[in-house]
Amino acid sequence: MLVLALDTATPASTAALVEVTPDGLSGIAERRTVDPRAHGERLAPEIAAVLADAGLRPRDLTAIVAGLGPGPFTGLRVGLATAASMGQALGIPTYGVCSLDGLGRAAGPGRVLIATDARRREVYFATYVDGVRVTGPEVARPADVAGLLYGAVGGALPAGLLIRPEDRSTATAAGKAAGTADGPAAGKADGTAAGQPETAVAGLVDRAAGEGALKYGDVFGVPVEEHLLYPPGAALVALAADRIRGVAPSEILTPLYLRRPDAVEPSARKPVLT
Amino acid sequence: MRDEPLVLGIETSCDETGVGIVRGHTLLADALASSVDQHARFGGVVPEVASRAHLEALVPTMQRALDEAGVTLADVDAIAVTSGPGLAGALLVGVAAAKGYALAAEKPIYGVNHLAAHVAVDTLEHGPLPEPAVAMLVSGGHSSLLLVDDLTAGVTPLGATIDDAAGEAFDKVARLLGLGFPGGPIIDRSARDGDRASIAFPRGLTAQKDLVAHRFDFSFSGLKTAVARWVESRERAGEPVPVADVSASFQEAVCDVLTAKAIDACRSNGVRTLVIGGGVAANSRLRVLAEERAARHGIAVRVPRPGLCTDNGAMVAALGSHLVAAGVAPSRLDLPADSAMGLTEVSVPG
Ligand SMILES: [Zn+2]
Repeated sequence: MLVLALDTATPASTAALVEVTPDGLSGIAERRTVDPRAHGERLAPEIAAVLADAGLRPRDLTAIVAGLGPGPFTGLRVGLATAASMGQALGIPTYGVCSLDGLGRAAGPGRVLIATDARRREVYFATYVDGVRVTGPEVARPADVAGLLYGAVGGALPAGLLIRPEDRSTATAAGKAAGTADGPAAGKADGTAAGQPETAVAGLVDRAAGEGALKYGDVFGVPVEEHLLYPPGAALVALAADRIRGVAPSEILTPLYLRRPDAVEPSARKPVLT
Repeated sequence: MRDEPLVLGIETSCDETGVGIVRGHTLLADALASSVDQHARFGGVVPEVASRAHLEALVPTMQRALDEAGVTLADVDAIAVTSGPGLAGALLVGVAAAKGYALAAEKPIYGVNHLAAHVAVDTLEHGPLPEPAVAMLVSGGHSSLLLVDDLTAGVTPLGATIDDAAGEAFDKVARLLGLGFPGGPIIDRSARDGDRASIAFPRGLTAQKDLVAHRFDFSFSGLKTAVARWVESRERAGEPVPVADVSASFQEAVCDVLTAKAIDACRSNGVRTLVIGGGVAANSRLRVLAEERAARHGIAVRVPRPGLCTDNGAMVAALGSHLVAAGVAPSRLDLPADSAMGLTEVSVPG
């Protein structure tokens, strides 16, 4: 089963061809351009290129997997509009997956924070244990991520993110520092941590990946996997492999926006006479 | 097939998601989804709200158009899409989808100019356009006078608004009078019971000195402020506001300037055909005044029916059909969404 994977939830536009077999999957071709303003221009030629690389045509596709984000909206919609229109034209199913999950799965074993750049000095983030998401996705200022990991679940961390004994002292300190009277998500407006940045998420996760983790590495204070900044196509397909093999019904690709549109209702009329 | 190409057009430059299908100059389908209701409480189109709505509406709107025309994507000869001008994020949804359809169905794609498409749509109703013609495009997003020498090659801008678009002025005045959104149809209705000569509102850029530099340009910002001042003076004096008279007098000021400049543009270019498009073209007073004044100078006025004046997919398909028939090369898959697309190119060159 030949599957096309698309993702535009980060500055990267990714198109990949993946072969899904009954007991595994293998990448055939992948193209990626990193340019936060060029998704609309780059993605379609990349799709044409991966098909050409493999000597295949669109009609050879069995399914399309698309990263639903979260990600900056304008770019994110490019991947989803392209996936939806191709699926419709070819009469094949489309499946959505969380783009952060692609990174989380690719990050492999251990406790990992995935963070991508949400602009406005915020990140989209989620945490993973052995490739499986345990918290998120959410959007927050980098300095508030640790506080959210503690506080959002009412003090009880999800299984797998339980603090190891040797981390307990650091983690508690970080939790106290991040959780002020304003609630767990209180950081300073300038994006710096309310507590010591070095202890922000250290103790909760072993490492971080995603271009947001690289950008705010000093705030998170854990090692960043610099080779894993954008969701790999094969990982996105792996997340939908059961649906693909089971020929599950096609899904409407709804973006994980996480933020409302910025729109203000007009105030009362301003007088023009002085 | 060259003379009668089957062309599909996609439009997402503002708040209407449109998919139209034409064969040659025959309209087969014109499916539309609008997010206008979602913008009403904001008093104008919110770009992010429009973009979200486009993404949701595209696939179902495409399906309705294909069903209505009784064709499949495999039957289509080319796909046309609005490349610009318009709202950047909104345009991008349509462009990305059009590329997906073109890629999957292995069809040529044309990224086209929205304003030229407003002109092309008239040929679906009134047949081939005598060239050269003058086109006046008036809506919430544009107010332009264009000289159309060859619809498939290039269009020359003669003038445009230097501040608000005509439709925007209607929206703002409707809000000021507490009438709702969008303002065009509401003011038109309200004006029917009013006296259009009761209040002398200003005519922007019509003074002798303005005609030197801005002969074919428009300005509606001063008019909008004048209406606001007039209404406010009444309110301060504790007098009732004669809404119908204000509507009619405001509408008269807009239509007077638009038609006077359009006729002047025709006469100074020796043109005998005036095409009017855009949402404001549906205004009843504009049509009457344009025809009255044009008749005096032997100029024919062509106005598509209201459903084709506002943004829609049929207009994009119509322009695409002209381009295919003229043998214009398609655009490439890296064609951009260009929010400020100029008129030097009617389509994005391949
Ligand atoms: Zn328009």
